[in-house]
Amino acid sequence: MSFETAGYQLAPVLPEIVLAVGAMALLMLGAYRGQGTTSAVTSLAVVLLVVVGVLEYMLPAGKQVTFGGNFIVDDFARFMKILALIGSAVTLILSTEFLSDPSRRIFEYAILVLLSTLGMMVLISAGDLISLYLGLELMSLALYVVAASNRDNAKSTEAGLKYFVLGALSSGMLLYGASLIYGFTGTVSFTGIAAAATVSNVGLVFGLVFLLVGLCFKVSAVPFHMWTPDVYEGAPTPVTAFFASAPKVAALAVFTRVTLTAFPGIVSQWQQILVFVSIASMALGSFAAIGQTNIKRLMAYSSIGHMGFALVGLASGTVEGAQGVLMYIVIYVAMTLGSFSVILAMKRNGQALEKISDFAGLSRTNPLLAFMFAMLLFSLAGIPPLAGFFAKWYVFVAAIKANLFTLAVIGVLSSVVGAYYYLAIVKTMYFDEPAGQVDPMRVEVKTVLAVSGLFTILFALFAGPVVSVASAAAKSLF
Amino acid sequence: MTTWPILSVTTFLPLVGALIVYLSRGDDEAAKRNSRWIALWTTLITFAVSVILVMRFDPTNPDFQFVEKANWLATGITYHMGVDGISLPLVILTTAVMPFCIIASWKAITNRVREYMMAFLILETLMIGTFSALDLVLFYLFFEGGLIPMFLIIGVWGGPRRVYASFKFFLYTLLGSVLMLLAIMALYWNGGTTDIPTLMHTAVPRNLQTWAWLAFFASFAVKMPMWPVHTWLPDAHVEAPTAGSVVLAAILLKMGGYGFLRFSLPMFPLASHDFAPFVFTLSAIAIIYTSLVALMQEDMKKLIAYSSVAHMGFVTMGIFAGTMQGVAGGVFQMISHGIVSGALFLCVGVVYDRLHTREIAAYGGLVNRMPLYAMTFMIFTMANVGLPGTSGFVGEFMTLLGTFKVSIPTAFFATFGVILSAAYALWLYRKVVFGALVKPSLASMKDLTFRECLTLFPMIALTILFGVYPKPVLDMSAASVQQLVNNYNTAVTAVKAAALLQ
Repeated sequence: MSFETAGYQLAPVLPEIVLAVGAMALLMLGAYRGQGTTSAVTSLAVVLLVVVGVLEYMLPAGKQVTFGGNFIVDDFARFMKILALIGSAVTLILSTEFLSDPSRRIFEYAILVLLSTLGMMVLISAGDLISLYLGLELMSLALYVVAASNRDNAKSTEAGLKYFVLGALSSGMLLYGASLIYGFTGTVSFTGIAAAATVSNVGLVFGLVFLLVGLCFKVSAVPFHMWTPDVYEGAPTPVTAFFASAPKVAALAVFTRVTLTAFPGIVSQWQQILVFVSIASMALGSFAAIGQTNIKRLMAYSSIGHMGFALVGLASGTVEGAQGVLMYIVIYVAMTLGSFSVILAMKRNGQALEKISDFAGLSRTNPLLAFMFAMLLFSLAGIPPLAGFFAKWYVFVAAIKANLFTLAVIGVLSSVVGAYYYLAIVKTMYFDEPAGQVDPMRVEVKTVLAVSGLFTILFALFAGPVVSVASAAAKSLF
Repeated sequence: MTTWPILSVTTFLPLVGALIVYLSRGDDEAAKRNSRWIALWTTLITFAVSVILVMRFDPTNPDFQFVEKANWLATGITYHMGVDGISLPLVILTTAVMPFCIIASWKAITNRVREYMMAFLILETLMIGTFSALDLVLFYLFFEGGLIPMFLIIGVWGGPRRVYASFKFFLYTLLGSVLMLLAIMALYWNGGTTDIPTLMHTAVPRNLQTWAWLAFFASFAVKMPMWPVHTWLPDAHVEAPTAGSVVLAAILLKMGGYGFLRFSLPMFPLASHDFAPFVFTLSAIAIIYTSLVALMQEDMKKLIAYSSVAHMGFVTMGIFAGTMQGVAGGVFQMISHGIVSGALFLCVGVVYDRLHTREIAAYGGLVNRMPLYAMTFMIFTMANVGLPGTSGFVGEFMTLLGTFKVSIPTAFFATFGVILSAAYALWLYRKVVFGALVKPSLASMKDLTFRECLTLFPMIALTILFGVYPKPVLDMSAASVQQLVNNYNTAVTAVKAAALLQ
């Protein structure tokens, strides 16, 4: 099979092409048949994501580059893309209830998720600053609209607007940084930058800082996290689940790729930034979450903290560190999707419950839900033998090897602080008196919860293969 | 030698039991009875399997036995299990104590019985795993995993201040352990593996030894617990249900001592030697200070909790003496304390179940209504004091003997603990058991039931047996302890000789 256009191989981009064409076809379907097609479009979108995932998996092994080096498909990209696709597909599945309400039959929702996913895939494969920006904007623009998808709700609209304004600001900074880097190295391609940036000069470091600011905004790392709690709280819950999973995968992937492949010559320059950012994120994520009463806001701070932990791996700047980031993000996505399916399942008489006090006595009214959530929370806190422990193990083991002892000590200490607020939820569920029955779970929510819960609990049994896949993916970056 | 993975079976059998309990649905009396019986049978079968371990164990071999190895995480981190003379007694202690815990909870626990039994069975797997893991990551997995069921046991079935106690227990222990986790990582990069037997023979640079020793110490000192990081223990003991206290005192505290023996001494001999005076000081303070504190207690469980801290002081002191008597005494003291303190908490549970208070002042003159109980309680009180003829004496005597060779002042001060322990234990006994039975609430107290006798009498037998004839335990651990002490002394002497040459 030889796909070509203007001399460029198209085979590596095949999944993206299928996704783009499929999204547009579904858009046509929705546009001509009206809002009644919402559930059909959503289901087809899930199928499309699965197909794209299979295509991505079946691409020939090894590193392939096309479009003159600005699109890279390697083990790392494949790993991250499949993870992002899973995240998107699962959140679409979790959204079916949200979309089934007659006032919210918006078929565009699924299309926007698809387009955003397309942006993520481009972002993950980006080999130069142009395709990075292209992917980032495609992803973000769709996300801004999705955040406001509950049109009649003031909070949701506010969340969308807030996200848009701050997102635009960060894009501006990123572009400014990219232009500085281009100016001082004379190229936009990562390999070219790597060749040129062997010694640091002020202009290049300025550009690097601005570029990292833009990326920190996307992974919601402190001090560029301010939008996260408001957007997480305001957006509809399935959308929050989406924000917390797939876009984080993509942003972290490009963060890893840019720092490790474009600036390997000036590691010490970006390492100190990352050390600061990850310490700040871990500390803020742990301390600020303590006072929260809304579970979605709490999850926002939790995800800020977790991004801090993931960046610990990156800060070490080694193969082990990249492997740590990969392990962390896989486990993080599973835990996050599981937690959000619990939050989605928390309904009383059709009313969504978002206060932590609403979880009181859940272990008696709905033991299985409470048990799964408790396990997910212990895992988020990093308690062995649950999956979250292995995530922390691989990032901190990299930090220790890179002699980042202060970072590691502060990191584990803030994970103890973090354990406090996760425990507080377990306490509410197990030690307090029941606050009332919850509605029975819907099948799709139950399935997602069961899969992610079992993944978390039984991770120790199949950790070996996951580790070797992550290790191979990490090596492909070096 | 063995054709089936006997150690893994022992470890994971309780987990299977927990699964069976989970599958037995229902909330009525029959379901509760079912889960109690399933739990009891599981623990009994586990104990029976662990007895096979003892029978096939070769006490002359100082190395690890029943070794099982399988691939797990990529390079250097494997599923590696095995026991030696130091860990096997603790494994047996665990499997032996668990059936008593289940029986002790038979009537005391009436709500959420199924979850309770599952928590205990899962905890048993994690405890056995802690003592038999031969890989640091695997060890950490079991060691820390135990926090989850114990947190729930204290928090769900505990007393009025259970939330505070469970949080304190969890966060205190976690804080100590995360530092150990970092040290484990550092050892991993130093040796390229987390395999414990390999790491025991891997040279660790002096600098790393110091830091790693401190990090491991942070974890084990909290777990043990040593003064001044013992404050979580009285709270946890007071609030936990009876069986929870028994497990805590009998087994969970031993993980700290086991950690010192398994990691600190063999892997960081030089740091252990350097820090020995520090440990001696803390141990001596713990022995005297917590004994004095115990004298002031008004709550029976709190008093025994403080006495546990004091007795653990003897263990740390003996271990870091680094002599044959000290280390062997430490191991023996752990086993003895496991039996005695577990039994003491059961004794408190007996009267608590009847009167629902643990205040010492609420009791008095029980001997008039409960002669059998008075006798049982007396034997364990005497064992706690360390009266010759009980197992408590052997451990205290050996640790003091071992320490005397190394540090006379420590042994001198620690001996005061023996006197003080007599003071508070006899005081408690007099207040509760002797005197006239004047309080009307006590007038209808019934003596030990058959079920209670079933839990307490075997422990009496063991206490006196090990007091008169400690050989079984000492023989089991002798070869391993000897090897440990030899390696420790060789390492320390080598450094001293090198320092003299310079």
